[in-house]
Amino acid sequence: MKKLIFLSLFSAILLACSNSGEKNESNVSTSTTASTESTSSSNPSYDPNRGEGKFTHVDVSPTLDAAMADAGNKVYTVKCSACHKLTDEKLVGPGWKGVTQRHTAEWIMNFVTNTDDMLTKDPKAQAMLEICLVRMPNQHLTDQEARDVYEFMRKNDGVK
Amino acid sequence: MRKNNLLYTAWVLILITGSMFSCKPKNAGDAVSGDAAQQVYVAPGKYDEFYNFVSGGFNGQLSVYGLPSGRLLKIVPIFSVFPENGYGYSEETKPMLNTSQGFVPWDDQHHLELSQTNGEIDGRWIFANANNTPRVARVDLSTFKTAEIIELPNSAGNHSSPFITENTEYVVAGTRFAVPMDNDNGDVPINTYRKNFKASISFISVDKNSGNMNLAFQLRVPPVDFDLSHAGKNKSHDWFFFSCYNTEQANTLLEVNASQRDKDFILAVNWKKLEEYAKQGKGKKEAVQYAHNVYDETKHMATSTIEKQVLVLDAKDLKDVCYFIPCPKSPHGCDVDPSGEYIVGSGKLAALIPVFSFDKIQQAIANKKFIGEYDGIPVIEYEAALYGEVKKPGLGPLHTEFDGRGNAITTMFVSSEIVKWNIKDLKVIDRQSTYYSPGHLCIPGGDTKKPNGKYVIVYNKITKDRYLPTGPELAQSAQLFDISGDKMKLLLDFPTVGEPHYAQAVAASLIRDKSVKYFDINKNQNPYVTKGEAESKVVRNGKRVDIYITQIRSHFSPDNIEGIKAGDEVYWHVTNLEQDWDIPHGFAIKSVPENAELLVMPGETQTYKWMPKKAGIYPFYCTDFCSALHQEMQGYVRVSPAESNVPLTFSTGKNLPDSATAPPLLDK
Repeated sequence: MKKLIFLSLFSAILLACSNSGEKNESNVSTSTTASTESTSSSNPSYDPNRGEGKFTHVDVSPTLDAAMADAGNKVYTVKCSACHKLTDEKLVGPGWKGVTQRHTAEWIMNFVTNTDDMLTKDPKAQAMLEICLVRMPNQHLTDQEARDVYEFMRKNDGVK
Repeated sequence: MRKNNLLYTAWVLILITGSMFSCKPKNAGDAVSGDAAQQVYVAPGKYDEFYNFVSGGFNGQLSVYGLPSGRLLKIVPIFSVFPENGYGYSEETKPMLNTSQGFVPWDDQHHLELSQTNGEIDGRWIFANANNTPRVARVDLSTFKTAEIIELPNSAGNHSSPFITENTEYVVAGTRFAVPMDNDNGDVPINTYRKNFKASISFISVDKNSGNMNLAFQLRVPPVDFDLSHAGKNKSHDWFFFSCYNTEQANTLLEVNASQRDKDFILAVNWKKLEEYAKQGKGKKEAVQYAHNVYDETKHMATSTIEKQVLVLDAKDLKDVCYFIPCPKSPHGCDVDPSGEYIVGSGKLAALIPVFSFDKIQQAIANKKFIGEYDGIPVIEYEAALYGEVKKPGLGPLHTEFDGRGNAITTMFVSSEIVKWNIKDLKVIDRQSTYYSPGHLCIPGGDTKKPNGKYVIVYNKITKDRYLPTGPELAQSAQLFDISGDKMKLLLDFPTVGEPHYAQAVAASLIRDKSVKYFDINKNQNPYVTKGEAESKVVRNGKRVDIYITQIRSHFSPDNIEGIKAGDEVYWHVTNLEQDWDIPHGFAIKSVPENAELLVMPGETQTYKWMPKKAGIYPFYCTDFCSALHQEMQGYVRVSPAESNVPLTFSTGKNLPDSATAPPLLDK
C-alpha cells in the first residue's frame, strides 16, 4: 500500500518535470518570432529604420560621389563579393540590387559595422537571417569603408 | 511489524552511508578544505585570473591553461608538427622546423621563460627550449604563434635553457650532453670523452623591439652536464648561474658513475664581462651551420636561413668570467631569489638545500678563496660561498620558486611533497604532499623580481591513481595550491598534455587585451594571397599548378576544378576572406599522403602541397564548423591521366549539371 502511494507520488513528480520540460521546448520554438515582435513593440526607442550602431545621420548627396563609389567597389571585391551579387539574385546573402531603396543609409552602415548586435535585435536583419541562415560576418570595415560601400551600392542602384 | 522492518532498513542504510564517509581512505581528499571548490570555480563566461604556460615535454609543444580553473585553453605548436592546424605541414610553416640536418618533425620541450623588462614579466614573448635537437624558440603572445626558432651549433641536449637576463638581453642555452665540437672529428671512441668532448653555453641576444634572436656568442666549458640555470637580479644582474652534474665526466652508466662525488657544481658566469670580451674580439669565429627560422607575420610565412658562423670564447682563457661553486649532489634547480642575493641549488640526491650568498661569492672571488681549478676554472670554497643550508627539507629537492614574502617553495621528488621555507632563517614552515613525485613547480612570476604569491602549481611526474584509469599511459597531473596563508592548501588536481616540466604563469591582464583577433586581409603580404573572389584563379606552369582559392562562409572559390593531371605538383593557396574573430576555415583533400589539413585564420593565406598520382575525382572540404551551411562548404577537383588534354577550368556556381539529368521529383 505504502509502496503504491510512493510510486504514484514519484511518477507524479516525474510527470511534473516532463510537463515543464515540454513547456520550455514550446517556448523555445516560438521565441524567434516572439522576440522579434517584442523588440519592436516593447522597446519604443528602437528605430527600425536606423538600426543600432554608431551612425545616426548620414549625409547623402542627390548625385553620386564617383571616387567614393570606386573605393567602395574595391572593398566590395575583397570583403563582400564572395556572398553578395550586384543583381537581385541571392547568393549566400541577398543581392544588392535595390538595397538602397529597401534600407536607409544609416541602417546599412550600422548593419555592416555592428553586425552581431543588429542580428540579435533588428527585426529586418532577423527576417533576412531566417531566409539566408548564415549569420552575416562582421568584416570589420572602417567607418569610411562602410560609407564608400554605401556609395558603391548607390551607384549599383543607378544613382549618377 | 512491516513498518518496523522498514524503519530498521532505513536506519541500517543511514549507518552504512555514514560509515562509508568516515572510513574514506586517507588521501588528498582529506587535504582539500571545504572552500576549495569555490576558490577554483570560474563561472561560465568568466575569465581566469592567470595564464599558465606549461611546457609540453615529449609532445614538443606548449600548453596554455587558465588559473585557478585549470582549464586547457590552447596548445601552441613549437617543435613538433601539429596536424590539427597544419603547423609543419603547410608550405608557410614547414621552414619553422628546418635544421642544419633537414626537417625535424619532433622535439622534447622542457622549459619556458616569459620575457622580462626590469626583472618583471612584460607579457610580450615566451621562450622555449628543444632538448633533443638543440634549439630555442620565441612565441609571440599577441598571436600565440611560434615566431622564431634558432638552432644551436656545438650543442647536444639543450636542457639548461631558455633562461633570460633581467631585460631579456640574452636567452641562454647550456648543453646537457657534452659532445665533440662540430668542427672536430666526431668519429672517436666514446671512452675518449674526457679528451674529445666539450660542453657549450650559448648566449642568444634578443632585439628589444622586434624580439629577433641572434646567436651572439658561445662559451666553451668543460664536458659536464649542464642542467638548469637562472640569471641574477638587482645587484647580481651581471651574473648567470648554471647547475651541472656529471663532474665525474662519465660516459657510461651515469646513474652510478655520475653520482660518485659528494658535490657537483654551480657555474657562476659574469655575462657582462663575457659580453665585453666578445665585443673586444676575444674568442674565435668558427665555421659551423645552424638554421635560423623566422615567421613573418605580414606574409604569414616562415623562412629558414642556414647561418655559417659562431663566435666562441673558451672559459679557461677568461680568467675573471667563470667560477665553479661546489653544490651537493647532482643539482637540478638553480634559482635566484627576488632580491638577487640568494642562489638556491637543489641537489636531487641531497638531503639538504644549500643557499649561496651573492655577496659572499663576490668576497670569495676577491679574496681568492679557491680550493683549486677544474679544467682551468677556479673552484670557490663551499663554505666561503654558502649562506646556509635548509636541514632535512625532505628527499630529492628539485626546483625552487619564491612567493615574494621572503619564502621559498621547493619540490621534493623522492618524498612527494612541496616544502615551504624561509630564506632568511632557513627554517621549514610547511610541507604538503603532492600526488606524486613533483618535478617543477610554478608561482606566477616566481622566478622574477616580483612574484605574485597567490598560488603554486606543481607538475607531478607520476599520476597513478589520481584519475579514472586510461590503460598503461596516463596524463600527467598538475596540482594547484593556495599559498596566500602560512599553510599551503591543495585546491585542484588537473590533467595535462605531454609531460610538463618548467612552467610560467602571469596575470591575464598583461596579455589578454592585446590578443590578435583576426588578420587584416588588406595587409596580407603573402605572395599567393587572393584578395577577393574576383582574383581567385588556377595557373599552370609546366607541371606546377597554383590554385588561388578563397574561403568565406560557406563556400570555396573556385569549388570545381578540372584539368589537373597525375604527376602535377599542385599548390593550394588558401585565403580566408573572413574578417571576424574566431572564424577560421579548414581545408582538406581526400587521400593525400604525408599531409594533414590547414586551418586558415581570418585574413590569412596558407598553402597546401598536393602531388596527385592517380586519375579520379577528389573531394575537398572545410574541416572547421563555420556556419549552418558548413556541411555544404565543399568542392571537387578532377585529376586526369598525365597524357590527357582536359583543359584547365575552374569556377564556383557556374559548372551546372545538364538539366536532362535532373534527379526525380526535383520540381515537386
